[in-house]
Amino acid sequence: MNRVLSSRWTKVAVFVLSLAPLLLLGWRLFLFWRGGLGYDPDLTADPVAYITHYTGDWTIRFLLITLCVTPLRKLFNLPKIARFRRMLGLFAFFYGCLHLTTWVWLDQSFDPSGMIKDVIKRRYITAGMTAFAMMIPLAVTSTAGWVRRLGFPRWQRIHRLIYFSALAGVIHYYWLVKSDVRLPLLYGGILAVLMIYRANMWLRSAPKRRPVTTPRTAYLRD
Amino acid sequence: MVIRKSSDLRYSQVTPKKDYVNRRRFLASSIAAGALAVAPQARAVTKLNGVTKGPYSTDEKPTPFDAITHYNNFYEFGTDKEDPSRNATKFVTSPWTVRIDGEVGKPLTLDLDALYKVAPLEERIYRHRCVERWSMVIPWIGYPLNVLLKKVEPTAKAKYVAFESYYDRKQMPQGVWSGIAFPYVEGLRLDEAMNPLALLAVGLYGDTLPNQDGAPFRLVVPWKYGYKSIKSIVKIRLVEKQPPTTWNLAAANEYGFYSNVNPEVDHPRWSQAKERRIGEFSMRNTVKFNGYGDQVASLYNGMDLRKYY
Repeated sequence: MNRVLSSRWTKVAVFVLSLAPLLLLGWRLFLFWRGGLGYDPDLTADPVAYITHYTGDWTIRFLLITLCVTPLRKLFNLPKIARFRRMLGLFAFFYGCLHLTTWVWLDQSFDPSGMIKDVIKRRYITAGMTAFAMMIPLAVTSTAGWVRRLGFPRWQRIHRLIYFSALAGVIHYYWLVKSDVRLPLLYGGILAVLMIYRANMWLRSAPKRRPVTTPRTAYLRD
Repeated sequence: MVIRKSSDLRYSQVTPKKDYVNRRRFLASSIAAGALAVAPQARAVTKLNGVTKGPYSTDEKPTPFDAITHYNNFYEFGTDKEDPSRNATKFVTSPWTVRIDGEVGKPLTLDLDALYKVAPLEERIYRHRCVERWSMVIPWIGYPLNVLLKKVEPTAKAKYVAFESYYDRKQMPQGVWSGIAFPYVEGLRLDEAMNPLALLAVGLYGDTLPNQDGAPFRLVVPWKYGYKSIKSIVKIRLVEKQPPTTWNLAAANEYGFYSNVNPEVDHPRWSQAKERRIGEFSMRNTVKFNGYGDQVASLYNGMDLRKYY
């Protein structure tokens, strides 16, 4: 398994697979355009709503997939799987950008005052914007150069933002559905499991900075 | 683009792409269905004859039939827009009974045949605006609700009209996940119901209603958000007090009794100032009362429409 994970072709495969949702959407849009922009069952009667939901769905899915990497690494002892974490995280950001672009372009027609009003007033959009904004520093600092510049401990703390981005994304979804909350709750449930796993690992890990109690320092402790 | 030719073939007779693609499976299931020919059936749409052009039609371009029949909110059959067209294929709409009673002098029970004969059928091309901010233009076929109501002679106590949809857990297993309670109920104030715009629809685009559009009998109140246009009606009752309505029960702060289309009154979670006409890509401005202000604005004189949303 480690052999497979170490191969560069595996990385290529994961990259191509991660692009697949976009390629499928692109193909459907091409057929739609070629069909004269008439009704296309694959894009539903409201293609803009379909594209918005599709890109949003893949954003949250890639966030959750990214969050699965470390648990899988620890549970199955696969150190090499960490190689894919950055790529998957950047794909989450990528689909997030597509989702935001759909809203800015097709829903809001690039109207800045309309957008600002919506971000302030519509709480589900506030949540979505927050989720996206939190991904930006992660995308920017995703390279090895930044890890060196910041030092790993600081870099790692910044990248904990992904937990909050995923949470804001789930809330964004929950707040926008009319009554059928199953998918938002499903994503929320998966996120909860992944976070509980991490909390469990953190609680069980050896404390790093607790001062050592020796007979000489014992008087310092109560 | 659909180019309508004056041939014998109706557009609605075109084999749905899904069935064509799965034609072997389709044939197998229709052989099985033929064996049950005498049992209650899910009806295919049939042509409606003798339909005249009715009043209040818009001259805006009607939404393509495929879009009207594959983009539906009919939560009993699932909450995705394509669910009703997929899941309502076996929905039994014959025989059908509608009971009209309550504060009336002459309660009435109508079977399917009688429903089509209440009044001469007319075609009305209405705008349809969903609370979700999409809209369509639909060529309905039916007759005014006030004709049926006058037949049953509402008493002086009748102030509201309550409606109830058909609900059957066995035929509508997807409904339990929808987040709203069934059977679906709706209501109108009596003067709203008596307004000539309120239509009881039995067909669209020249044929009877497809299952996913509320077969065989539904309400259309085009100046209100789409969820008020209750589908697959089985009960109409004249009542004294304002009746419960399903979306109001689900979220009272978001869906009121009146639900008039109004760009000035936002949904708590989204703006109602704009809408997307299905088939178009940019949003267009929403018009108060969905553009039917001339016919219905007077019903709400002096009412604060922010309070009575």
